[in-house]
Amino acid sequence: MIEARSLTKRYGAKLAVDDLTFSVRPGIVTGFLGPNGAGKSTTMRMMVGLDRPTSGSVRVNGRAPHAHAAPLHEVGALLEARAVHPGRSARNHLRALALTSGIGRSRVDQVLQLVGLADVADKRVGSFSLGMGQRLGVAAALLGDPATLILDEPINGLDLDGIRWIRSLLKGLAAEGRTVFLSSHLMAEMAVTADHVIVVGRGRLLRDQPMTEFIDDARVETVRVRASAIGPLARLLEGAGAAVEVDGEVMTVEGLSSDRIGTLAAGAQIVVLELSPQSASLEDAYLALTRESVDFRVDDHDGRVVRDADLSDDEGAA
Amino acid sequence: MSGTTRMSGPGTRPGPMPSPAGRVDGQVTLPRVVASEWSKLWSLRSTPLVILVAMLAMVAFGAIIGHNTRHPGGLDPEDVVASGPLQGYYLGQLLVGSLGVLVVSGEYSSGMIRATFAAVPRRLPVLVAKLLVFAVVVMIAMVAAAVAAFFVAQAFLSGYRPTYSLSDPDVLRVVVGTGVYLTLIGLLGGAIGWIVRSTPGALVMLFGVILVLPVLLLLFHGAWAQHASAWLPTGAGAAFSTSLRTPDSLAPWTGLAVMVAWVVAAYGIAAVLLHRRDA
Repeated sequence: MIEARSLTKRYGAKLAVDDLTFSVRPGIVTGFLGPNGAGKSTTMRMMVGLDRPTSGSVRVNGRAPHAHAAPLHEVGALLEARAVHPGRSARNHLRALALTSGIGRSRVDQVLQLVGLADVADKRVGSFSLGMGQRLGVAAALLGDPATLILDEPINGLDLDGIRWIRSLLKGLAAEGRTVFLSSHLMAEMAVTADHVIVVGRGRLLRDQPMTEFIDDARVETVRVRASAIGPLARLLEGAGAAVEVDGEVMTVEGLSSDRIGTLAAGAQIVVLELSPQSASLEDAYLALTRESVDFRVDDHDGRVVRDADLSDDEGAA
Repeated sequence: MSGTTRMSGPGTRPGPMPSPAGRVDGQVTLPRVVASEWSKLWSLRSTPLVILVAMLAMVAFGAIIGHNTRHPGGLDPEDVVASGPLQGYYLGQLLVGSLGVLVVSGEYSSGMIRATFAAVPRRLPVLVAKLLVFAVVVMIAMVAAAVAAFFVAQAFLSGYRPTYSLSDPDVLRVVVGTGVYLTLIGLLGGAIGWIVRSTPGALVMLFGVILVLPVLLLLFHGAWAQHASAWLPTGAGAAFSTSLRTPDSLAPWTGLAVMVAWVVAAYGIAAVLLHRRDA
């Protein structure tokens, strides 16, 4: 169980995490979604006690991160792929972490076996691929048989086999009654892995709902319309309760069926040139949700990457 | 991946998590963190290597200085006194000091410190354990190296000029003192590593304190500068690790106390910052 209450983290003028309140329940896989720079990693670092909240609090299994007598048994974390000295072997890396908590050699061997690194256990970590590094990170997270797992982008660098492996691993861990919280910026991956989803953008909570609900909400039906008198038709449809977005000769209508649009247009004697229902993908819905909050975007005019916070005066400036 | 096929079968309960063999309480205690740091120290090739090189440098300097001072005529007094053959400390302190820095800053640059703090969220036990492990290992190695350097030099000197024995007045003090001095420099490097966290920055700061600051003070001609120099870690260290004394030298035990105070103060700052800063 993870409980964030008004969790806030400020780095100088930048608000990385902005008043997040949510709970992550045991027994299910909870996905933590958001674009890069949305504050996911910072939030997870506060859960493990690496970063101190500017205000608010986070409790894991009912206690502050520093208050656990047996931290590895409470929280297993994968926070960065390479939190490992490259000169140490995988076994020695895990051994050093295990020793802090009195975890024996047999458990180290067990997790090495579990993540599929038993054969390379005595190789220096510096020679590992990104995927092997991720597996080692997962092994470290599992060392203490933790009640709660916090994994930051565990899928990064894994091949398809590895992604399938980690998906079934996480689902299995959740089925055992553990709390499983993983972040990603990939909607499609989350949709098949997570039972519940928490979406953040620019440090703010955007969604906190079951994945099925999120997917249902995402299934937005819109209708693409071209017509002889686009302006009057837009006003007419808006009057009928639709959300209309006009883009030159074309408009996108949400909230009305194509039948209804055609009927309304005919009633107003407007010639409809095109009327095609569109179905938005999950990915589209996610992008639309987070678009407003993307921290860095490519400026269309000259291709420079600009920081949104620098452009709008209500953001960032302290 | 031997574990994957077993887990991915549809309908079967995955059971990916075998329970840890034996009962694990998982409590973090200082002795356990010490065991972890002990294992970290020896599981990197560089650590024993640097210690070994520092020891060899000490002994090699002892042999060279012993050989070159067989005929005492026209030699600097500092080469002829009991602490003469221990001048390998000059190179030794750079190696041991750098090692002290790297034991800490290497964890910050690799990210290992985050994994460590996730396991020991209270953090302070990590600082204490690193300090203890480093102090014990380096102290044993450097005292042994100083003793060896001393005896190697006496072997070269015997038959040429009167040799020293460990039982002569103050000789044991300077020999063991040199090992203690090197250990304290290494610990100072460790504290600076905790404070600065980046390897280059910490090395510059350490070398600034032990190499540049004393020279800088020499540029001032006032008596206060000489006096201040005696209170620096290096000046205070010289008071108990060398046989030659200047009018400004602190008494040996005072020198030891002052140098220890520097190290303690540095660790005090390090501990406060460790507690306050994000990792």
